Amino acid sequence: MAAETVPAVETAARAASVREEFPILAIEAHGRRLAYLDNAATTQKPREVVDAIAGYYTTSNANVHRGVHLLSERATAAFEGARDDVAAYFGAAHRHEIIFTRNATEGINLVAQSWGGRHLSAGDEVLISAMEHHSNIVPWQLACERTGAVLKVVPIDDRGALDMEAFGRLLGPRTKIVAMTQLSNALGTVTPMAEIIRAAHDAGAVVLVDGAQAAYHLPVHVQALGADFYVATGHKLYGPTGIGVLYGREALLDAMPPYQGGGDMIASVTFEKSTWNTLPYKFEAGTPHIAGAVGLGAATRFIRRVGFDWIAAHEADLLAYATAAIAAVPGVRLVGTAPVKASIVSFVMEGVHPHDIGTVVDRMGVAIRTGHHCAQPVMARFGVPATARASLAMYNTREDIDQLVDALHEVRRVFA
Amino acid sequence: MSDGLQELYQEVILDHNRRPRNFRLIAGGVTQEGYNPLCGDRVLVSMAIENGVVRDVAFEGQGCAIAKASASLMTEALKGLTVAEAQERFAQFQSMVTSAHDEPPADLGKLSVLAGVREFPTRVKCASLAWHAAKAVLDGAPAAPVSTE
Repeated sequence: MAAETVPAVETAARAASVREEFPILAIEAHGRRLAYLDNAATTQKPREVVDAIAGYYTTSNANVHRGVHLLSERATAAFEGARDDVAAYFGAAHRHEIIFTRNATEGINLVAQSWGGRHLSAGDEVLISAMEHHSNIVPWQLACERTGAVLKVVPIDDRGALDMEAFGRLLGPRTKIVAMTQLSNALGTVTPMAEIIRAAHDAGAVVLVDGAQAAYHLPVHVQALGADFYVATGHKLYGPTGIGVLYGREALLDAMPPYQGGGDMIASVTFEKSTWNTLPYKFEAGTPHIAGAVGLGAATRFIRRVGFDWIAAHEADLLAYATAAIAAVPGVRLVGTAPVKASIVSFVMEGVHPHDIGTVVDRMGVAIRTGHHCAQPVMARFGVPATARASLAMYNTREDIDQLVDALHEVRRVFA
Repeated sequence: MSDGLQELYQEVILDHNRRPRNFRLIAGGVTQEGYNPLCGDRVLVSMAIENGVVRDVAFEGQGCAIAKASASLMTEALKGLTVAEAQERFAQFQSMVTSAHDEPPADLGKLSVLAGVREFPTRVKCASLAWHAAKAVLDGAPAAPVSTE
């Protein structure tokens, strides 16, 4: 494990210098140092991402794929360059296997509608897990309603780990697609995705990986993983909002009908019949979020420059530190204690509602998420209406955790 | 505790959170659910109205300190009022928790302890949850859960 090869002191010093690359982290929150621990909701942006977006608008702005003038050529080069960056980041075999979407949610909806519409029929099964975000539940419920397919759910155990035995039982000849998170946003559980994909392929099913959380904590290589579809969102990858990624294997994408109709996605249009553009444009109707793609491309270069060797080691060290420190606060119970976790500590405090925890710690400069985390079935599974969640990113330090723990003691004092 | 927090979590609120008053359902009363999809909080407000007078008000449910204290204080505030008076109190309460920071909040007696919510825009819905459920009963239109979204 890389975690054992980097001394804690070195990771801490590096984290402090990484933190300085994020201008927003220098602001004060309610007169205190800002401890931003709501990264699973969205990450902050490094200076070079902000600069890339501003630079695009100040030197290259035009529409893509159509103009013959200088700025349109620059805009097209910047947009398609970003696609190359993203393809490299995810280890795609071809750049045209990268579809730009609005976010991970749109990627899942695209597959559920386009692939699902073609491949699902009455009695077929869609297999998800009990720890999915609503965005990897509802699109499949809609697809099942349209096609008569059946949604099956792999349970999780009391620690929040996927029940692999049940997965083996539920995976059957009717399973057409397995759609699962690689890293649970509510629990921090890392699922054994390579094993899941191997088993699914053996059963003849394709796999969609929801990488919204995983893609900025774990190095992702879609070919090595064997993923058929992989979705991610730009704003959690230290990039802008409004831009996401769908990776799909070429053969699968080629055989799928368009998701939305419009400009850029056609080869030719007559009132009798239209024909579709090639990949990836078949799935990118209308003017895309060009600046968003440019920002995302810059973000992936930034992450690769910092490097996952260090990021994974630093975040693992910090997660262990945070888990122990938060669990030691009297009255706190952790929700999600799976053996393989990353970046997320979800917890409840006896006698105090998570919302009240969130408000008190906010006034002490600490940003955490409180609520159901768009994962109501997970909350139901653990018998809580909501949790408080601290989630880490590369720029967090032990100082952030100490600030949170001090604030949690203040919560205890207020509600004693 | 910072000044803002002290203003929000006053002793009366902490007390009603710890020991909510009228925490029950009224047999034969009209019950209305209030739901805050932001946090998943649910409250059931139960009312008995006789001859245009709120004879009894109670509540059950789970929620944050603000939601629970507000519901608890509401049950005390509405009991014995006519329906018209209770509707007027709802309007006054809404106005108090949403009024501008630089205006002095209306004096609503004991309910004024909730005026501090004005400084916490994300928490206004918590304070309003039970009140919206009660309003639906007062207006004679209890049906689907009342949402604060």
